[in-house]
Amino acid sequence: MSQFLELLANGVSLGCIDALIALGFVIVFKAARVVNFAYGSLLLLGAYIVGRYHDSLGFGGAVLLSIAVTATIAALIGVVLLRKVRLADPGTLAILTLGVDIVLATDLTRRIGTDLLTTGDPWGANVIPLGGGVHIPQTRVAAAAVAVVLVVAFLSALKFTDWGVALRAAAERPATAALMGVRLGRIAAGAWLLAGALAATAGVFVTAFPSPGISGTVGQIALGAAVPAAVLGGLDSTTGALVGGLAVGLTATFAAGYQDQLAFLGRGFGSVAPYVVMLLVLLVRPWGLFGGREVTRV
Amino acid sequence: MSKHFLWGVPLTALALAAPLELDGFWLQTGLFAMAAAIGAIGLTMLVGTAGQLSLGHAFFVAVGAYGYAFLAGEGLPQPLAAVGAVALAGAAGALFSPIAGRLRGIYLGLASLGLVFLGQHILHNATAVTGGFNGRDVAPFKLLGFSFTATDPEFAVLNVPFGALERLWYLGLALLALSYWYARNVLAGRPGRALSGVRDSEVAAAVMGVDVRRYKAAAFTVSSAYAGLAGVLLALVFGRIVPDSFGFLMSIDFLAMIIIGGLGSIAGGVAGAILVTVLPLALSHYSDALVFLAQPGESGVGAAEAARLLYGAAVIAVLLFAPGGLAGFLKPPSKEPLHEPTNTGLGHGTVPGPDRL
Repeated sequence: MSQFLELLANGVSLGCIDALIALGFVIVFKAARVVNFAYGSLLLLGAYIVGRYHDSLGFGGAVLLSIAVTATIAALIGVVLLRKVRLADPGTLAILTLGVDIVLATDLTRRIGTDLLTTGDPWGANVIPLGGGVHIPQTRVAAAAVAVVLVVAFLSALKFTDWGVALRAAAERPATAALMGVRLGRIAAGAWLLAGALAATAGVFVTAFPSPGISGTVGQIALGAAVPAAVLGGLDSTTGALVGGLAVGLTATFAAGYQDQLAFLGRGFGSVAPYVVMLLVLLVRPWGLFGGREVTRV
Repeated sequence: MSKHFLWGVPLTALALAAPLELDGFWLQTGLFAMAAAIGAIGLTMLVGTAGQLSLGHAFFVAVGAYGYAFLAGEGLPQPLAAVGAVALAGAAGALFSPIAGRLRGIYLGLASLGLVFLGQHILHNATAVTGGFNGRDVAPFKLLGFSFTATDPEFAVLNVPFGALERLWYLGLALLALSYWYARNVLAGRPGRALSGVRDSEVAAAVMGVDVRRYKAAAFTVSSAYAGLAGVLLALVFGRIVPDSFGFLMSIDFLAMIIIGGLGSIAGGVAGAILVTVLPLALSHYSDALVFLAQPGESGVGAAEAARLLYGAAVIAVLLFAPGGLAGFLKPPSKEPLHEPTNTGLGHGTVPGPDRL
């Protein structure tokens, strides 16, 4: 039972991180209709900047710098690169972001090289006892708290601010929204900025304890959480991203925690379990749990 | 026909004579390029012609490679094992088609991404079949008593001893030519037109009498079989296959090939495959002579990284400035007016037409 509770606590906190990651992935799709494969590299960029500069700037300063730089670069990708091909279909845009991902990931991996970069966060490797022999790392508690604050702030902004209303309108009916004076380019740029900021924030928590540190594979791991979470929740649904993120975090944690009982599925099943869940969900609901059904007109 | 003749004859002659001149490194690089080209032809049919984005190509390549290694290792005659491996890869594609047939465009791409990671997991864990992390050896190919190794029978052409690579070179050429010919015929005929119809508008295609779901499943199956054949050739060239060769990066490489070559163009896919395969290998082979590259252990841009940066940038540049890819440069400008100049034909408008801005 105590193992179950420990896994539950860890799963929920990991799920919060995954939900943050998925949110950044989904918001760009919602606002700009782009599946952003460069998202993993953006997250790696965020983590890399924190890892490089936390000595000179302090942890807080490095995180702020990282958020600013990552958000700017994300917006540059969105506005400069993708604007030119805004007419193109989602597949072409997705491959374009893959090209960006190749370039960014290659260069960041080269820069990291064999260095052992850590986030230098103030929580270190401390754990909080929850009673009954159940422990949870402090970083995870911090991650969950930050995630909840950010998600609540984001959802209220989406619901109540002019920007949020405009974004939802643009996602629903771009042409009508444009006729009503919504500037689609700005909405999309805003979404990219936000995605970059979320990526940087999530990057800190993904690479903090209990993860071994910042390495080139972080980007792939992050994309590996974002894709199943976003797809099983429904690509254009923010609720779906949150639910999907939690589901992915819980699935991965439980599959890893009970791997002795799941030995027949092979070692390291935890890392692919989210994909299995995703494929099963897609069989039943091809548009995800909360996604809008595609309407086709000729 | 005359244009094909003009290009085809010298190219074929060059390819046939190559083993007499090239050293081992270039033969092996060429063979990797041929394997990649076969896989790229399959993917460009799926992505370019049928408009189904797939990031799972590496998974089917792995099925072909491991399928051959397993079947040949179990004592099946090698040609049968090769055919079996291709059929296995096709069957894997067909198995995926309940998902592939229902999903469209970008959802399919994301779902097929899951296949790659699932495949990696299986390759690492199904030790009895795949050899796990350390991989497994691949039995050399043998056809009607003629072995594709350095011996049995030993012979030389024009004083060039014919070892495994020289012999495999011709096998690779034959397989590539067969793949090229088959793909051309499929695309030139009824199925090709049906697939383009599915790409451009599923509803319109269905109204015209195209069984959309069946064609999508068939496109996925054929493309997977192509990937399987690429896997068989790759396994033969490697001699020993390990799971790490068939990861997400390979899927991206395949997409880069067909984008750089020009989506939907078979010849373009081959050209893109050659470029993407040869570039990193050649850069690292000649890194001593290339002053702008860092040597191993130095800081700076190394050969493998330079190649990845180059073709990542090439993918971006092609999509931004030359959506037709390499094939677009060779073709005379189209007489039809282009409605959407930047539309490379992938996917479909998920958002209803009038709302697309």
